Amino acid sequence: MFAAESLSVIRADRLLFEAVSFSLAPGAALLLKGRNGAGKSTLLRVLAGLRRPDHGDTNWNNVNILQDREAHAARIGWLSHHDAIKPALTARENLLFPARVQGGDIDTALQRMGLADLSDLPARMLSAGQKRRLALARAMLGDRPLWLLDEPLNGLDTPSITLLTAALAAHRARGGIVIAATHQGQPLPGAALLQLAPE
Amino acid sequence: MNAFFPLIAREIRLALRHGSDTTAALLFFLVVTALFPLAIGPEPAALARLAPGIIWVGALLAALLPLERLFGADYEDGALDLLLLSGLPPSLIGLAKAISHWLTTGLPLLAIAAPLAIMLHLPANSLTPLLIGLLPGTLTLSLLGTAGSAIVLGARRGAVLLPILVLPLAVPVVIFGAGAADPAQSPAGRTQSLLLEAAFFMFCLPICPLAAGAGLRAAGE
Repeated sequence: MFAAESLSVIRADRLLFEAVSFSLAPGAALLLKGRNGAGKSTLLRVLAGLRRPDHGDTNWNNVNILQDREAHAARIGWLSHHDAIKPALTARENLLFPARVQGGDIDTALQRMGLADLSDLPARMLSAGQKRRLALARAMLGDRPLWLLDEPLNGLDTPSITLLTAALAAHRARGGIVIAATHQGQPLPGAALLQLAPE
Repeated sequence: MNAFFPLIAREIRLALRHGSDTTAALLFFLVVTALFPLAIGPEPAALARLAPGIIWVGALLAALLPLERLFGADYEDGALDLLLLSGLPPSLIGLAKAISHWLTTGLPLLAIAAPLAIMLHLPANSLTPLLIGLLPGTLTLSLLGTAGSAIVLGARRGAVLLPILVLPLAVPVVIFGAGAADPAQSPAGRTQSLLLEAAFFMFCLPICPLAAGAGLRAAGE
């Protein structure tokens, strides 16, 4: 059970969002919506424990995540709006360290996002969409219980969106939780909707 | 905790692929050291007197070169978030980065210090203390540099701020390190300087990773 209670964040003397609350049972999904700058990415950072909220609590099974950030980190599959792909390393080498940390098999992860044929190509040769898929494959490594995805559909073509939708459905069927920020598309059928600021 | 050695392996893999960073630091050290005989003149006595200082300042400045990218690259491309979510406490991320910096910069500098010192006519009895002093000295520089580069993360003009922050902290390293290798130094004085150099390293060993960790957390906010 992953729950947020009246989260508020102030940035540069401006109230970014306030009183955000939700509660997600295993298998549930939450779609963050909002215009640019509404605080979707910041909220994801708060939920990951990377940033402290100015008000409110985030709890995993009724324990505040800030009590043990390392333990909370071990639950997260993370995709930020940056791809964090090292261009000098091959696709496979980019996943070596994450695979050691998160567990999981690199080949399976690459296959899941349709990158098996590109695994030994330097990442600088990959297109923007392929890099995004590699970053998604990394977030899925080890099938951690909580996936926090910032704009997962960015730059993906239709076949990749199908792959991603299938992976998200499989994750939820296993009891995993997904929270995704997006302003386009709907990769999460049946997800709860959280509107951060009126559009 | 089990991400500690994989993180060092990742850093070394990246350093090998970006070999130019390490090479640039080594070439810088080589060129700076080679400039001194040209500026001062080739008399062996004058060079021998100045050699420890030249080697130490050269190594210090060369060690600074890769620092801006140490966390800067990960900060810009979003990989820092992944490091912070790796389950390692931020201070251990700092320690792993310091060890990687030493392995990819400090150790190569240490390796070419001996031929450079001989080129500057440093007497044989000063060469051993110079190299013994460089071992804890370069380790201390890696620790101080790691803390400094984590603290300036996200700051505007971080590249300018970094040397201003790190160089004053490195003053004891240079004083004790160059003091131990001074050709005019007595054997007792050498031992004392080397012990103080080692003591300063032991002082920095727990503090610098903690400072780096605090800087990383703040940058992640």
